[in-house]
Amino acid sequence: MVPISITVNGKVRKGHVEPRMLLVHFLREHLNLTGAHVGCDTSQCGACTVLIDGRSAKSCTVFAVQADGSDVVTIEGLAKGDQLHPLQEGFWEEHGLQCGYCTPGMIMSAVNLLNDNPKPSEQQIREGLSGNFCRCTGYQHIVNAIQYAAAKGGR
Amino acid sequence: MATSSPTLPKLVGSRVKRREDPRLIQGRATYVDDVKIPGLQHIAFKRSDIAHGRIVSIDTSAAETMEGVEAVFTGRHIAEFLRPMPIGTPFPSPDHHAVAVDMVRFAGEPVAVVVAADRYVARDAADAITVSYDSLPAVVDPEQAMQGKPALVHEKFANNVALGPIPSGTGVSPDGKKVDDSAVEAAFKNAEIVVSQRMYNHRLVPNAMEPRGVVAHYEPGRSQLTIWSSTQNPHILKSMVSGMLGLGEDQVRAIAPEVGGGFGAKINIYGEEYVCAAVSKRLGIPVKWIEDRSEAFVATTHGRDILCYIDVAAKRDGKVLGIKMRLIADIGAYNMLLTAAIPTLTMLMANATYDIPAIRATLTEVFTNKTPTDAYRGAGRPEATFFVERALDMLARELKMDPAEVRRKNFIPKNKFPYQTQMGAVYDSGDYEASLDAALKASDWKNLLKERDELRKQGRLAGVGLAMYVEVCGIGPSATLPTGGWEHAQVTVERDGRISASTGASPHGQGNETTFAQMLADQFGVPIEHVTIHHGDTAVVKQGIGTFGSRSQAVGGAALHMAGTKVRTKMAQFAGALLEAAPEDIVFEGGKIMVTGAPAKAKSFAEVASFAYIPVPLPEGMEPGLSGDAYFEPTNNTYPFGCHIVLLEVDRETGEPKLLRVVAADDAGNLINPLIVEGQIHGGLAQGIGQAMIEEAVYNEDGQLLTGSFMDYALPRATDFPRFEMHSTCTPTPVNPLGAKGVGEAGTLGSTPAVVCAAVDALSEFGVKHIDMMLRPEKLWRIIQGKGGAA
Repeated sequence: MVPISITVNGKVRKGHVEPRMLLVHFLREHLNLTGAHVGCDTSQCGACTVLIDGRSAKSCTVFAVQADGSDVVTIEGLAKGDQLHPLQEGFWEEHGLQCGYCTPGMIMSAVNLLNDNPKPSEQQIREGLSGNFCRCTGYQHIVNAIQYAAAKGGR
Repeated sequence: MATSSPTLPKLVGSRVKRREDPRLIQGRATYVDDVKIPGLQHIAFKRSDIAHGRIVSIDTSAAETMEGVEAVFTGRHIAEFLRPMPIGTPFPSPDHHAVAVDMVRFAGEPVAVVVAADRYVARDAADAITVSYDSLPAVVDPEQAMQGKPALVHEKFANNVALGPIPSGTGVSPDGKKVDDSAVEAAFKNAEIVVSQRMYNHRLVPNAMEPRGVVAHYEPGRSQLTIWSSTQNPHILKSMVSGMLGLGEDQVRAIAPEVGGGFGAKINIYGEEYVCAAVSKRLGIPVKWIEDRSEAFVATTHGRDILCYIDVAAKRDGKVLGIKMRLIADIGAYNMLLTAAIPTLTMLMANATYDIPAIRATLTEVFTNKTPTDAYRGAGRPEATFFVERALDMLARELKMDPAEVRRKNFIPKNKFPYQTQMGAVYDSGDYEASLDAALKASDWKNLLKERDELRKQGRLAGVGLAMYVEVCGIGPSATLPTGGWEHAQVTVERDGRISASTGASPHGQGNETTFAQMLADQFGVPIEHVTIHHGDTAVVKQGIGTFGSRSQAVGGAALHMAGTKVRTKMAQFAGALLEAAPEDIVFEGGKIMVTGAPAKAKSFAEVASFAYIPVPLPEGMEPGLSGDAYFEPTNNTYPFGCHIVLLEVDRETGEPKLLRVVAADDAGNLINPLIVEGQIHGGLAQGIGQAMIEEAVYNEDGQLLTGSFMDYALPRATDFPRFEMHSTCTPTPVNPLGAKGVGEAGTLGSTPAVVCAAVDALSEFGVKHIDMMLRPEKLWRIIQGKGGAA
């Protein structure tokens, strides 16, 4: 067991984990932050996406010990109290989700996308989502949701 | 004293934002893997890595001695307390153990079960089990399988034939026993042109983003089992698990928590569900099993996989005289819940949107050493649509007719509904010409053809494709489903005037919490925020069937409407007593209940609700309370329809196809929430286009799935689609009181053949007549190079 300390959604969280424990399992099982989902085992689907030190990362492809000392933001930490993040608002307004399983990862990826490029074209949005699968929506409403957030200047 | 009350906006028919979303966009939803119970142990399955063989021995010793391992069961152990699994169709079926006992028949079939303290240890222990097999040749090709080659999947099924050949259509008696070929033969005799083609509607992996998962908790002290499962139908799960465990249905509570997509693959009740329940009961501890994606690729049912030999007889003016269809369905290694029934829907829909005088379809279902098939979005209907639409497109090309005009020539006219098809269906309502015209107009058809021709002049390989579809939805009358085909709903006006309702339609992304609340808010004249829709828990939702076959709204919504009507009627009686008016003069509006024409005579909705529970004095002949339930049994299915048009370009150098436009005109009857309907159609289009262009489950000759992960199986990404252009017509159904037909599967029907028609059109200069899916660039490149590859 290895001691780790990770700042998650602004709070320092400590734990003792097996070196092989994935960050997503540390978040989900040790911290009860179940918003990040596991949708594959080959690092393709992006349902587990979180921000590590401000950059989107697939938390199924990072060991918890690798995240030691870093700053992690998960979907649970995105809203400011009752005030939804513009991307959360966009997904709701534009019907950017159906079953919701891919949504937390999709939103966290989009946070990174808008940080890098606050005014993306539709094609840039679609390319920016290449690491995230959605099986329900056909992506069009997700694109609309991100455009909505971009128009609000939200990141 | 009532003042003029603000009227609430009418919600049915409006683009209401979903009420499910706040929890989903904030990571606050509870999917099955989020369920935690003290003492929970984790299950992992050891699965066969060969496709076909006899189990010689299983060594579990290393697993059993691993720290943290609670128990290990081989198939033989499991069979001591779990009998072979039931199926949901009346057809003959081989024994199918949840965990293989002697033989393995597909790669991925469970052979042993580990129970351990955490999921990592459970996986380690499963990996430490060694199995020795006598391997047998894998049965992979269904046509060879029908010759009994290279082996038998099940000894009792000669030539690997699971079912059939069963005939259907013109001249075939309803029981299939009497077959009169004269009408079909006459059609082909009178034909001026016959188009024939072998077509393959290939195998797909459903891939809901949430893999399956189960938590089972048997409490010995209460003799009660609670099972959480990522399922589309918790009530069917409850019935089947109780039957398998020897419990009463009163002793089992099934919960479908938040479910991350299903697409038909979560209808089936799986071995893993029975095993988790039985192991929990046997050990007296709660257990959890969560499917890995790699497991899901082989252990969750696949879709499609039907081969068709089609012949179309026609006059040179494009009028179709008859169709012959010989169907061979590769159903994989076992019959699952609905496996055998799915290809029969392909036969049922062989009429498509056309008034065809003579049709003969024949179906054979074949066992192979592959993952079993079952429902996948569309389930049998996309296959029928693909075969007929592709054949009509070939006919149009042979006759040098506009593909739209060949369709128009053969449509069932709108004055012929209800229409009895040659295949035994009764289409409820339709206006196919209006749908075609809507799509032609939306695509600006003539200019679209010009645009294609302009691109061609630049040397580009552009093509236009069009396909009509009709599907069978709102499934279905009880005669067509072994579970019963009704749906159930319950509505309660609470003491404080809020409304609780429950539905047996168990959603997994369809947004029933929103659409159903819209309906009740309108029905009772209350704000939607005052309505809660419960679903997915058999302890709360007393009865139900589930969500599949595009039935939520058409069957479940109708039941909700009926239950709401009952309660509203009773509430009007209470209000009448309070307001000294006849119940029929009572109106519900703006959170108030008032006397029509006398808005001053009013009570708040909550006041009337309160009176119903403290009825002093109790109006004569009435019982206290405001709750009611209803079962809606449809008299028929519904038959939504539409037209999809595609503009596509193939790269001359690489063979890569690229979609330029997708136009959809869909008719699902009356719509409760057009925003949600749009989302449903988008998703269907994506899956239909995905099948045509990039998705394909590929097996090698050893029965190994070569496309067993997202690295090999191309799940569509955002860059794979242009913006979908959405249009609609509205032809309500007379089958239910809402006039709603169902829309969940529609997008997968027309889009697939439309894409392939467009690809064939794009490559027409190379003389290609048909291309089997998916449209792999290599395949198209070979056609461009004149090196074959086309059928």
